[in-house]
Amino acid sequence: MTKSKLPRALPPRLALVGNPNSGKTAVFNAMTGSRQKVANYAGVTVERKEGLFVSPAGTRVRVVDLPGTYSLRARSPDEEVTRDVVLGRMEGEETPDAIVFVADATNLRLNLRLALELKRLGRPIILALNMMDAAAKQGMAVDTAELSAELGMPVVSTIAIERGGIQSLLDQIDRTIQVAEVEGWSPVRAECGWSEPSSRDLRDYHHEVERILSRAVSTPARPHLATRRLDGILLHPATGLLILLTVLFLMFQAVFSWARLPMELINSGLTELTAWIGTAMDDGPLRSLIADGIIAGVGSVVIFLPQILVLFFFIQLLEDTGYMARAAFLLDKMMGGVGLHGRAFIPLLSSFACAVPGIMAARTIENRTDRIATIMIAPLMTCSARLPVYTLIIAAFVPDTTVWGGWAGLPGLVMFGLYAAGIISGLLVAFVMKRTVLKGAREPLLMQLPAYRLPHPRNVALGLYDRGKAFLMRAGTTIFALMVVMWFLGSFPGAPEGATEPAIRYSVAGAIGHALEPLLAPIGFNWQIALALVPGMAAREVAVGVLGTIYALSGSGDALRTSLATALTQSWSLPTALSLLAWYVFAPQCLATLGVVRRELNSRMWPAIMFVFLTSLAYGAAFITYRAAIAVLGS
Amino acid sequence: MVTGTGRCPLGGLPKGAKAEIVGLDESSVITSLHPGELERRLIEMGLVEGAQIEILHEGFPRRDPIAVRVNDHTVALRRAEANAVMVLRLDGGAV
Repeated sequence: MTKSKLPRALPPRLALVGNPNSGKTAVFNAMTGSRQKVANYAGVTVERKEGLFVSPAGTRVRVVDLPGTYSLRARSPDEEVTRDVVLGRMEGEETPDAIVFVADATNLRLNLRLALELKRLGRPIILALNMMDAAAKQGMAVDTAELSAELGMPVVSTIAIERGGIQSLLDQIDRTIQVAEVEGWSPVRAECGWSEPSSRDLRDYHHEVERILSRAVSTPARPHLATRRLDGILLHPATGLLILLTVLFLMFQAVFSWARLPMELINSGLTELTAWIGTAMDDGPLRSLIADGIIAGVGSVVIFLPQILVLFFFIQLLEDTGYMARAAFLLDKMMGGVGLHGRAFIPLLSSFACAVPGIMAARTIENRTDRIATIMIAPLMTCSARLPVYTLIIAAFVPDTTVWGGWAGLPGLVMFGLYAAGIISGLLVAFVMKRTVLKGAREPLLMQLPAYRLPHPRNVALGLYDRGKAFLMRAGTTIFALMVVMWFLGSFPGAPEGATEPAIRYSVAGAIGHALEPLLAPIGFNWQIALALVPGMAAREVAVGVLGTIYALSGSGDALRTSLATALTQSWSLPTALSLLAWYVFAPQCLATLGVVRRELNSRMWPAIMFVFLTSLAYGAAFITYRAAIAVLGS
Repeated sequence: MVTGTGRCPLGGLPKGAKAEIVGLDESSVITSLHPGELERRLIEMGLVEGAQIEILHEGFPRRDPIAVRVNDHTVALRRAEANAVMVLRLDGGAV
C-alpha cells in the first residue's frame, strides 16, 4: 500500500497501440481534439503524435499515438518506434505508464494476438473494442465481461467517430489511474516481460486467441458484404484499373484547379506585402533581404501550400476509406516491373505538384530501399514550379501551330513530351537503381485490405491540419535559411559605381555563373543562363525572374513573360532553348527538395547522390539535345 | 465432389478457390527476409494452420497479387510468397 504515493511530477502518459486500420487515430482525435502536436522522433523520420486531455475525473493525461503495427517485432522504422516506446527503449522518450490497445471489433481474431503480446509487459492495459457500431451491424455479439475475464484486462466498447463514443474508455482510464496511484505504477523498465516471439510462440498466441474468442464471442461478425461486392468492381483488372485511373486523373485535376484561386490570393498577398515594405522601409540591404530574400524566397515555396492541402485531402480520403490499399494492390505488379512498391504511385503522383510533399508522402512505404528508390525519382516528375520555365521557353521558341491535321497543338505536344520524358526516365532510373545500388528481392507484400468505411470529417480535417503545419514549419526553418543564403549570394557584393550591367552580374552568384559558363558552354548555355541557374537553385521558377533582371526588363507577371519571350527569341538559338528544356527535365534545381530528402532519409549521403546523378543526367540530356539539334537545324 | 487429395501451395490457387491452411513452409520461397521471418509475418497476418481461406480477387497482369479472405479479414499478398502457405482444397478443385 505504501509503494509510490509520491505526487507525480508529470501527468500520467498513455500510449495508444493497435493494428493498422483499427481506428486508433480516430480514438486519439476523439480524446485530444486539436490539442495534439506532431513532430518527429529524434533521429528517425517517424511522426510522433502526442496530445493532452482532461479525464472525466479531472486528471490531466498525456497520450501518444504510436504507429499501427501487427506485432512488437518491428518490420519497418514506424513499427520500431512502437516497439521501442512501448518497451521503454526509446532514447529521450518516457516509458508509457499505461497502454490503451485499440482493436477493430470486427476483426478480433487478427487484433487480439498483439493484445496478448502486450500483456506480457506487465503494465496496466485497457482494451478498447473500437468500431462497435460496425460490429453490431455485422451481427456480432461479444460478451465484454467474459472477454475481460479471459484476457485479464479491462475491456470497453468504443465508437470513436461518434460524439461521446469513447466515454466508457475515458471512464476506464480514470479507474486505471486511480488503481495505479494506490497500488503503484509498474516499474519503469518492464521489458524483461517481452522477448521476440518465435513462430511457435505466435502459434500459441493464436490458439489462445481462438480459445478466448470461442468463449467470449457467441455470434461472430458476418463478412462485410458491401466491401466484397465493391471489391469485385474496384479490384477487377479492367474496371478496377479504369476507376483507379479516373480517381488519379480527378485528383491531379483538382490539385491544379482547386488550388488556383488560393494560390493567386497568396501571390497577390505577397506582392502587396512586398509593395508595402517597399514604401515602409528605406532602401537598403535589410529591405532587400526581407523583400527579395525572405518574402520572395519563402513565398515561392509557401505558394504551394494550397496544392499540398488539396493533395493531402485526397490522400487522406483514400487512406480513410480503405481505397489506398486497393490502389497499391492494383498497381503492385506493374510498379513491380521497375522494382517499385505499389504504394509508390501516390508519392510520385504528388510530385507532379511539388516534389516536397511527394517525398513526404513516401513515408507510407515501409521498406527503406523501396522508399529510397521512390524518393530518388520523385524530382523527375514534372513539378508545377517547372511550368513557368517551360511555358516561357515554349512561348518563345515553339511556333503556335497545330499538327496531325489540327488534332493537337504543337506547344501542348512539346509540353506533353517534357512530362513524358520525366516519367519515362524516372521509371528507367528506378529500374536501374533496383538492379544496382538498391539491389535485393522486393519486400513481400503482406497487406490487409480493410473493410470500406466512410471517412470522418474530423479525422480528415485534423490530418490536413497536421500536414499543413508540418509543411509550413519546414518552410519556416530549412527553406527559410536556404533562401537567406541564396539572397546573400545574389546580392553581395553590390554593383560598383557606374555599373553598366545588372547588379546581379557583380554578385557572388554572378561570379559563380561566370565560373560555370565554360562548363555549360558545351550544352549551349550562355552566361545569362548560367547566371540564372544559380539563384534558380532556390526554386526553379526564380530563374524566370532572374532572366528578366539580366535582360534588364521591367514589369512582372504575364507582361514580363511576354516581353522576356521576345527578348529570348532574339538572343538565344533554338538548340540552346531545347537544351535548356532538357536540362530542366532532370536538373535538381531545387534546394527545398534536397533539404527534404535529407530530412526524410536522415542522411547527407542520399541528397548528395541525388544531386550528382540528377545533374549528370541533366548535363547528358542537354548535351545530346544540343548537339542533335545543331546537327539537324544547323547552328 | 472430390475432396482435395493433397497439399498444394496457396500461390497456385485460382480465383474462387476455398481451402484450409495445413502448414507453412517457406523453404521454396526466394525472399529478402531472414529465414523464418516470412513464416512469422504470415502467422501475424492470420495465415496459420486451421484458417479457412478463399481467393477473392486477382491482380493484373498475370493474376498477381491475390486478395485472400482469411477467416474474417482480407489479406493481399503476391503469389510468390503465398507459395509458403500449404493448403488443402475444400471445394474439390484440381490440385
